[in-house]
Amino acid sequence: MEFTLFTLLNGVSYGLLLFMLSSGLTLIFSMMGVLNFAHASFYMLGAYMAYTISSVLGFWPALVLAPIVVGLIGALVERYGLRPLHKYGHIPELLFTFGMSYLIVELVQLIWGRAAVPYPIPKELDGPLFTLFSTSFPIYRGFMMLVALSMLASIYLVLTRTRVGLVIQAALTHPDAVEALGHNVPRIFMWVFGGGCALAGLAGVIGGNAFVTEPGMAATVGSIIFVVVVVGGMGSLAGAFVASILIGVLQTFAVALDYSLMTMFNGLGANITEATPGYELLKLTISQSAAILPFLLLVLILIFRPKGLMGTRE
Amino acid sequence: MIKTIRPLTLAVSLALLSVAAQAETVKIAFIDPLSGPFAPVGQNQLKSFQTIAELANKQKWAGEHTFEVVGFDNKGSPQESLTQLKAIIDQGYRYITQGNGSGVGLALLDAVNKHNDRNPGKEIIYLNYAAIDPDMTNSKCSFWHFRFDANSDMKMEALTTYMAADKDIKSVYIIGQNYAFGHAVSRAAKEYLKRKRPDIKIAGDDLHPIAQVKDFSPYVAKIKASGADTVITGNWGADLALLIRAAKDADLKANFYTYYAVTTGVPTAMGAAGADRVKIVGNWLINGDIAAGKDIVEGYKKKYNDDYYTAQTHSSIGMVAQAIKQTKTTDPVKVAFAMEGAKFQSLNGGVMMNKVDHQLQQSLYIGTWSKVDGKAVKYDQENTGYGWKMDKKIDAYYATQPTSCQMKRPGA
Repeated sequence: MEFTLFTLLNGVSYGLLLFMLSSGLTLIFSMMGVLNFAHASFYMLGAYMAYTISSVLGFWPALVLAPIVVGLIGALVERYGLRPLHKYGHIPELLFTFGMSYLIVELVQLIWGRAAVPYPIPKELDGPLFTLFSTSFPIYRGFMMLVALSMLASIYLVLTRTRVGLVIQAALTHPDAVEALGHNVPRIFMWVFGGGCALAGLAGVIGGNAFVTEPGMAATVGSIIFVVVVVGGMGSLAGAFVASILIGVLQTFAVALDYSLMTMFNGLGANITEATPGYELLKLTISQSAAILPFLLLVLILIFRPKGLMGTRE
Repeated sequence: MIKTIRPLTLAVSLALLSVAAQAETVKIAFIDPLSGPFAPVGQNQLKSFQTIAELANKQKWAGEHTFEVVGFDNKGSPQESLTQLKAIIDQGYRYITQGNGSGVGLALLDAVNKHNDRNPGKEIIYLNYAAIDPDMTNSKCSFWHFRFDANSDMKMEALTTYMAADKDIKSVYIIGQNYAFGHAVSRAAKEYLKRKRPDIKIAGDDLHPIAQVKDFSPYVAKIKASGADTVITGNWGADLALLIRAAKDADLKANFYTYYAVTTGVPTAMGAAGADRVKIVGNWLINGDIAAGKDIVEGYKKKYNDDYYTAQTHSSIGMVAQAIKQTKTTDPVKVAFAMEGAKFQSLNGGVMMNKVDHQLQQSLYIGTWSKVDGKAVKYDQENTGYGWKMDKKIDAYYATQPTSCQMKRPGA
């Protein structure tokens, strides 16, 4: 009971972090059709910005300022990098963001060095939030979940309940009509791209000190957020949310399962020993393959439901 | 008068010149991660090597010859290491050193063997200061490889001997990185505990991908659910820091028996939460031998505001220097022969390089993470106010392991 509950909590909080990361990506994709390969790099930038700002002003100003800075950088990238490329179609845009991701890693290494930086959890958030049975749940994880959920709520409210949101939604399907009504569609795109990057930056502020802030952090999450977006359905915010939680919980629970093909076959009466061909593969437990499960899911989704769980596009 | 002095000065200056010409700089290529998740450890150890090299040059350990240690970033990858090795060979290096990761170590060992076979007269010596897969001094042993750290079986022998005496240990959980060394730790832990304390239950045995896991909370939940009172782990660098941080967050009460809790980043992650609960087996602890390492540790702290903890940097440069002095040459082949069976006084007392497998025999230390008290714990780590208290110093012969090494020597 204790184990199941905490594994679930861990899974959900990890999933919510994934959602923070992928929401910006899916937002940008649904608006602009740009698959932003540099998205995880903005996550990393967020963590490094927060590290620098928090060493001067403290964590709370960093929580607000770092995403804004990252968002502005994102907006500049869109204005001077992506917009001129827009007329050439999606492939040049994709290649551009792909190149950007490498550029940002090198830049980060030039500015902050190649080693991890000490970016600690603030004192007031360090400690147990509650203790159930004998396991305690850290405040910081609770804080992470809170931020992610409020982010989800505010994105939803902005997109559906405000004028800006309505214009954005309209620009998504009928850009020409929106332009005819006197709205500056390219500028809307710029702010959406900036906004998406800011969300990644916010995830960086939170994820950077929950785990490690180092130049490799973009690469470690880079692939998994694409899994989230594809599984959830390209461009679907709700899909990204469901997929994040699903993958978070899946990965966390998989770690707990020490079953392998060997246990299954032996349970069915087969007698598999070290002499059996393929023993190394058969004895591989689910927990050992936890890290590749999301990618297995990605492949299965692409085969059986290419538009994703809640996607609308093929 | 002047006429007689002139030839004399000429003779003296010529003599000086010939001495100066003999003095060579022994360049050692340090191949380890200087970027990526394990960079903090690599950076610290590179600085440690350079500190010892400076000391050796100042105190003339190798007579007129001096040492220079240059870092090459392998990003923790065997492939990258081999690329760097090519560059290193092209630049004329004859000595290399590596430590972080037996996967890299085995790749380098193989490459060095091949290079030396094909290029007589240009041999390279591999000074292994921390890759501790037992295979490297057993089935894969090589004349060109010298290991200055105790191998993982020796450490496990010492650790389990110490654990066997603790009757409170009932159930043990083993967790490690999924590669050669992680497997070696897991196998040895199970085997030796079974021999020494058959009543101890192995509650779990887990391997996770190296340098991939950022969130260890699911593993900690699993350890907790298993009811283990003790955890044995060979994790190092960020993998250990994150594991201990997750254990602290979830308030896991188990004791941790580690190999590498001394490495950069881990002390900060542990802080007060690890006090009296995290233990270490290693080949040196400053608080156990203050007299020997005091100057080095304090000098290092002053210069880099970091901690010196890799005593193998001392024994490896020291033994090479001793061999150079003895053979009066920096030729790696002669130095290698001179190092076989050599004895040396290092920071952890007298050490001896086993001739049969090139495994250094040295004392091992068991320590506990404890609050600084000025007596048993004089030096802290990473300014945490906590340091390693020595519980026991285990003599070299205790941890000695049989070897299956059939070494081929040049010219034999």
